[in-house]
Amino acid sequence: MSDLEIFRKNTRAWLEDNCPTEMRDGAGGEDNICWGGRNWQFQSEAQKTWLERMAEKGWTVPAWPKEYGGGGLSKEEVKILKGEMRDMKARSPLESFGIWMLGPALLKYGTHEQKLHFLPAITRGEIRWCQGYSEPNAGSDLASLQCKCEDKGDHWLVNGQKVWTSYADEADWIFCLVRTDPKVTKHNGISFLLIDMAAEGVSTKPIKLISGKSPFCETFFDDVKVPKEHAPGIGSIVGDLNRGWDVAKYLLTHEREMISAGGGGLFGGRGMGEIAASEIGLEDGRLADPMLRGKIAQAEIDGWAFLLTLERMKDEAKAGQGVGANSSMLKYYGTEFNKRRFELLMDSGGSEALEWEGERTQDGKLARSWLRTKANSIEGGTSEVQLNIIAKRILQLPGA
Amino acid sequence: MALVLTEEQQMLRDAARGFLDEKAPVSALRKLRDTNDETGFSRDLWKEMAEMGWAGILVGEDYGGADFGFVGAGVLAEEMGRTLTASPFLSTSILAATALQKLGGDAQRQEHLPKISAGEAVFALAVDETRKHGPQKTAMKAEKHGNGFKLSGDKTFVADGQVADNIIVAARTAGAPGDAEGITLFLVDAAAKGVARERTVMVDSRGAARLKFDGVEATGDDVLGEVDGGLVALEGVLNAGRAGLAAEMSGAAQAAFTMTMDYLKERKQFGTEIGAFQALQHRAAHLYSEIELMKSVTLKALQDLDEHYGMAGIICSLAKAKAGEVAKLASQEAVQMYGGIGMTDEFDIGFYMKRIRVAQEMFGDAAFHADRLAAMRGY
Repeated sequence: MSDLEIFRKNTRAWLEDNCPTEMRDGAGGEDNICWGGRNWQFQSEAQKTWLERMAEKGWTVPAWPKEYGGGGLSKEEVKILKGEMRDMKARSPLESFGIWMLGPALLKYGTHEQKLHFLPAITRGEIRWCQGYSEPNAGSDLASLQCKCEDKGDHWLVNGQKVWTSYADEADWIFCLVRTDPKVTKHNGISFLLIDMAAEGVSTKPIKLISGKSPFCETFFDDVKVPKEHAPGIGSIVGDLNRGWDVAKYLLTHEREMISAGGGGLFGGRGMGEIAASEIGLEDGRLADPMLRGKIAQAEIDGWAFLLTLERMKDEAKAGQGVGANSSMLKYYGTEFNKRRFELLMDSGGSEALEWEGERTQDGKLARSWLRTKANSIEGGTSEVQLNIIAKRILQLPGA
Repeated sequence: MALVLTEEQQMLRDAARGFLDEKAPVSALRKLRDTNDETGFSRDLWKEMAEMGWAGILVGEDYGGADFGFVGAGVLAEEMGRTLTASPFLSTSILAATALQKLGGDAQRQEHLPKISAGEAVFALAVDETRKHGPQKTAMKAEKHGNGFKLSGDKTFVADGQVADNIIVAARTAGAPGDAEGITLFLVDAAAKGVARERTVMVDSRGAARLKFDGVEATGDDVLGEVDGGLVALEGVLNAGRAGLAAEMSGAAQAAFTMTMDYLKERKQFGTEIGAFQALQHRAAHLYSEIELMKSVTLKALQDLDEHYGMAGIICSLAKAKAGEVAKLASQEAVQMYGGIGMTDEFDIGFYMKRIRVAQEMFGDAAFHADRLAAMRGY
C-alpha cells in the first residue's frame, strides 16, 4: 500500500470516529457555516466538538505548516482529506476570512513572530477577522484609498472609513489598507495594518442589501490608536511600511482564484435543465418551454466549458505552463456566468421563485440568492476591472 | 488525464506549425481560389503531409498509419485551421479513417487504410440531404436487389466529394426519414455507374459537392458496419468529425484573434493606437476568455474520443457548439476591429470568416448541438 493509500485509510477511520453524526448532513449555505470568533455562539454542541477535534489535528487549515496550527499536509493529502470529507458529507468545521485571506497574506509577507502569534488562533476559530479594503471613494480605484494612518511614536493613529466590510459587526479584528504616506504616488503610500475591533474609536454599521440581508458593514475609525507592536516583537503592520499594495494585490489575486474556483461548486447537485424540467414539466420528453430550453442548453455549454477551463488551467499550472493573469479571466467569466445561471433559475421558477417570505420558499431563498449573485461581478474587482487586467497583462494592449 | 498536451503532442504541433507556415499559408488557399483549381487542394502538398504521417494519423500501425489518436489529429486540424490549409484531412484522415477503423471488416481495412496512410486515396462522407444537418432525416434509399442493394438519392454539402475516390454514404435500408434505426453505411467507388457529382463552389473556396445516386449497385461487402446499424455507428464517426472541426475552428479563431491584436497595437486613430481604447479592450478581453473556453472543451472532446469513444457524444456536441459560436465571434470582431481593411478581399481576414462560417455549419451548427445536448441531458 502506498503512503497516500495508508493516509486515506487512516483519514477515513479518524473521520468516522470523530465527525459527529449531526455534522454529516452535507449542509452548506451561509446559515450553517461555523465562523468562530470571540463572540461565536455555536449552533449545536456537535458543531463545537467538530471544530475542536479538527483544530486539534490542524485540519481546519490542513495545508498550513504544523508550527502555525495547520495540518502540514501535502497537496495530495489535502485532496484526499477533502475527498473523504465530501464522501461522508461532512460539513466544513470552520470558515473564515482569516483562513481565506489573512492567513495566506501572513504566510507570504508576515514575520515568523507574526505568524506564530496570529495564525494558530485562526486555525482554532478563536479570532474572527474581517477585511477593510474599499472606501466610499475607493472602489474599483482601490489604490486611491484615503483612510489616514499617522505615526505617533509608539502607536499609529487611524482616522477614516471603510465600506463593504464583510461581517465587520461580528468580527474581532480587521486587516486593513491604510494610507501611511500621503505625499507619494497613490500605490506607494499604503500599508497593511492589523487592528483590534475592540479598540476605542472603532464602530460599525450594517448595510441592508437588495437581498434583505446585511452581510456587509460600514466601518468607522475615529482617532483609533493602534500600538506599533501588538505584543513584544509582534508588529501591527504586515510587510514593509508603505508597501501594503503588494500584499493587497497578492490577496486580490488569491481572492479571484477562490471566487472562480468556487464556480466549481455551483455545479454540484442538479443541473439547470433538470431543475427546469421538474418545475415546468416535459412535453414529448422535452422541456415544455422551447425558448427556455435553448437558453439553458447554451448556458450549460458555457458552464461546462468554464469548468473544463478551470481544470485545464490547474493542469497547466502543474505542468509549469499557463498565464498568471488568467485568474482575472476566470473571475470575470465565472461571476458573469453565475449571474446568468441565476437568471435562468428565476426564469424556470416563474412566479413561485418570486415569493419573498413564507416557509414554502424558505423565505424566498432562490430570490435572495439571485439578488446576491449581482454582487459577484462587483466584489473582488468588477468585471470591468478584470477585463482591463486581461487587456493589459495578457493581451498587452497599449495604454491600458 | 491532465487537460494539457503531452510532450509528444506538443512536438507534433510545433512541427506542424513550422511546416504549414512555410508550405501552406493563407496565400496558398487564395491561389487555389484565384486559379479556380478543380481539385480544391494541392495533391503534392497532401503527399508531403502523408509522408510525415499526417494522412494516417488515426490509422493503426498495421496499416501504415501513425496511430497518434484523436488528440494528435486535433492538433493537426488546429494547425491547419490557423493557416486555413486546404487538404482532404477532415474527409479522409478523420472521417473515413475513423469509419474504417471502428466499423470496417478486415478486408475493408486491408484494402483502404494503407492507401489512406500513403495519401493515395481521397474519401468523402456523404450524410446530409437537406440544407440543415440531420443524419436522422436520411431519406436516401438502399433497396434490396438480388444479394445486394441499389442506392438511390441525393446528398449535399459533401466535403471533398468533387474529387473523392471513394464515398462513404448513409442510406436507409429500413424505416422512414426521422427514424433512428434503419440507416446503413455503404462504401461506394466514386466511379461506379449511377454516381453523378456536381462540384459546389462554396464561400470558403474549399472543395465540396452535391452527389446523385441513381440505382448504384452495392454488394454486402460494401456495407460498412452492420446493416441497419442505425445512427449509433454513424454518430461515432460524425463525433470524430465534429471534434476535428472544433479543433480546426479553434485554430482559425486563434489566428484571427492574434492578427487582430497585432492590428490594435499598430493602427493609430485620434493620435493613439486604437488598442488603447477601452471599448475595444473589453471586447478583446471578452473574446480572449471565450477562446480559452473553446480550447478547453475542444481538447477534452478529443481526449474523450481517445479514451471513451462510444461515450463522447455529449462532449463532442459541446465542443462543436462552443467552437462554432466562439470562432464566429472571433471572425466578426476581427472584421469590425480591422474596419474597412477587414472588408477587402486583398486582406486575409475575410478568408477566416468564410471558412469558419462553413465549418460551424458542417455536421451541425451550435443550435443543433445545443438541442442535441439538451435531449441527451433529459430536457
